[in-house]
Amino acid sequence: MTNPAATLPQPSRRVLPGFGLSLGFTLTYLGLIVLLPLSAAFLKTAGMSWHDFVAAVASPRVMASYRLSFLASLAAGLVNSFFGLIVAWVLVRYSFPGRRIVDALVDLPFALPTAVAGIALTTIYNKNGWVGQYLEPHGIKVAYTSIGVFVALTFIGVPFVVRTLQPVLLELEPEIEEAAASLGANRWKTLTRVILPELYPALLTGFALAFARALGEYGSVVFISSNMPMHTEITPLVIITKLEQYDYQGATAIATVMLMASFSMLLLINLLQKWSRRYHRI
Amino acid sequence: MKLRHLLFPIIALTLATGAAAKSTELLNVSYDPTRELYVDFNKAFIAHWKATTGEDLTIKQSHGGSGKQARGVIDGLQADVVTLALAADIDAIYEHGKQLPQDWQKRLPDNSTPYTSTIVFLVRKGNPKGIKDWDDLVKPGVSVITPNPKTSGGARWNYLAAWAYAKHKQGTDQAAQAFVTALYKNVPVLDSGARGSTTTFVQREIGDVAISWENEAMLALKEFGREKFEIIMPSLSILAEPPVAVIDRVAKKKGTTAVATAYLEYLYSDEGQEIAARNFYRPRKPEIAAKYASTFPKLELVTIDGEFGGWAKAQKTHFADGGIFDEIYQNK
Repeated sequence: MTNPAATLPQPSRRVLPGFGLSLGFTLTYLGLIVLLPLSAAFLKTAGMSWHDFVAAVASPRVMASYRLSFLASLAAGLVNSFFGLIVAWVLVRYSFPGRRIVDALVDLPFALPTAVAGIALTTIYNKNGWVGQYLEPHGIKVAYTSIGVFVALTFIGVPFVVRTLQPVLLELEPEIEEAAASLGANRWKTLTRVILPELYPALLTGFALAFARALGEYGSVVFISSNMPMHTEITPLVIITKLEQYDYQGATAIATVMLMASFSMLLLINLLQKWSRRYHRI
Repeated sequence: MKLRHLLFPIIALTLATGAAAKSTELLNVSYDPTRELYVDFNKAFIAHWKATTGEDLTIKQSHGGSGKQARGVIDGLQADVVTLALAADIDAIYEHGKQLPQDWQKRLPDNSTPYTSTIVFLVRKGNPKGIKDWDDLVKPGVSVITPNPKTSGGARWNYLAAWAYAKHKQGTDQAAQAFVTALYKNVPVLDSGARGSTTTFVQREIGDVAISWENEAMLALKEFGREKFEIIMPSLSILAEPPVAVIDRVAKKKGTTAVATAYLEYLYSDEGQEIAARNFYRPRKPEIAAKYASTFPKLELVTIDGEFGGWAKAQKTHFADGGIFDEIYQNK
C-alpha cells in the first residue's frame, strides 16, 4: 500500500483557491474571442504557396503601405506618450475648475465612431477648414497627406497613454519628490531620476497600446488620407482593397504579416518593460 | 420589478416580428447611388403587387459599394434580388458563391439591365478651367476627382471610359495607357466609393472636375444647386449597364422566387421606366426614353462588350493585382 497522501494531488501553495478553474476560463475566453479568428487568418494563408505569399505581401505597393502604417503609428505613439504624460500629470496633480470635464474629454476618442472622427478632422484640416485655411498658405497640407494620417492616428491614441498613466501617478506620492528635493536634487534631476523611472513601465504600456491601436486603425484614416497607392495608403486599406476584389487569400496574407509584426513588437515592448521594472526600482 | 418592465417590450417585440413575418418580405441589395431610385420604385411596386395579387409586401434596401455588397451576398447576406453597379460583381456571386446560375444575365431583357447610365463630368459653375472633353483632364494644373477603381464600380466605368476615348482617338493600347496614366497623375484623392468622391468634390471643394455617373452628377445638381455646378458631356463615353438579378438560392429558400422575379420585371414596365428616368437613369424603353430626351443628351457611347471584350476580361487586364491600374501607380 502506498501512502494515501502521495496519490492525492499536492496541496496548492497558492493562497487563493480556484486557480485551475479561472485559468480554464481565461484560456477558453481568449481562445474563443482572440485566437479563433486569428487562427482562421493563419489557416487561410496556409493554403497559399510560398511564391504567392511573397508576391502578395511584398509587392511594392504593399511595402509602401507598411512603411506608412508603421512610421505614422510610431510617430503617433511617441507624440501621445509625451503629451499624454503631461495631460495625465496635470489631471492627477492639480485641481482646477473643470477638471472633471477635461478628464471626461480624454475618453472621447474611445467613444466616438472613428468615421466621425475622420470626417471631423478632414473638415477642420482641409484647405477651407478652420485650421487648414491658416496652414495651407504656409505650404503645410494636412488633409489628404501622410501628415493627415498621423493626425488621425494621434487623435485615436490619446486616451491609451493618459488612462494607463493616471493610476500610477495617483500612487506616486508627492512626498517622494519632496524627499528628493530635501536631499539636494534639483527639479530636472527629480524628474529624470525619481519620477520618470517610476513611470516607465506604465508609459511603455501606454505607448504600446496607442501604437497597436494606430496600426489597426481604418475608419478615420480613409477619410483624411488621399488613399494614393504608394503614397498615402495604409495597410488596412490595402487589405480592404484586396477583399473588394475577392482576393481573400491575399488579404489574409497581409493581415498575417501585420499580426506577426505587431505581435513581435508588443512582445519586445513587454520585455523592455520587464527590464525597466527590474533596473529602475528605487 | 425591473424584470416586469422588461417583459412587456420583449413580448411586444416578439409579437411584432411574428406579425411582420406573415407578409412577404424582399431584400434588395444594391450599390451606392441607387438609394433614391429604389425608395421610389419600391413604393410603386408594393402598390402594384397589392393591386394585382392582394398580398402585402415589405421591401428592404441595402446600399454600399458594389463590390462590398456582392461580397456580403457571397458570405450569406439573404438578398432576394441584387441590383449592382456592374455585371462583374454579379458574376462574382456566381463564381464564389454559386447562389445563381452562370447565365443569369440572359434571363431578363437587355443584358438584365433595365436602365443604363453613362459617365460625365461635373465641374464648378462657369467651368473656370474650360473643361470640354477628356483631353482637358490630362492638362497640367487640372485636378480630377474619381474614386479608386479597385474598390468602386463607378470608378471602373470612369477609367474604362477614359481608356475608350484615348483608344478611339489615338488608336493604340499604349497611347490609351499613357493617357490614363496622365489622367491619374492629376487625381489628388482616391475615395473608396462614388458617393465619397462626390462629397470630396462638392463639400470639400477639392478638384476642378469630378468624373461621375450621370445620375450621380444630376443628383448633385439637384441637391446642391445649378448655381454651383455644371455637367459637361464628353464627346465619347461608355454605356454603363448596372444589372439586376434574382438570387435563386435565397429566393427558393424563402419562397419568394415569383415575387422577386415580378419585382425585377416591373423595372421594365412603363411605370418602372418612368421612375428610373425621374431618378436620372436612362430608360431602356424607346417611348419613355423619347419622353425624357431633353434630360439625357445624346452622345457617342461605347459598350464594355464591344470595346473591352466583356467584364471578365476588362477586370483581369486592368484592375486585377498586377494589372494596368497597378502599373500606373507603381511607375509614378
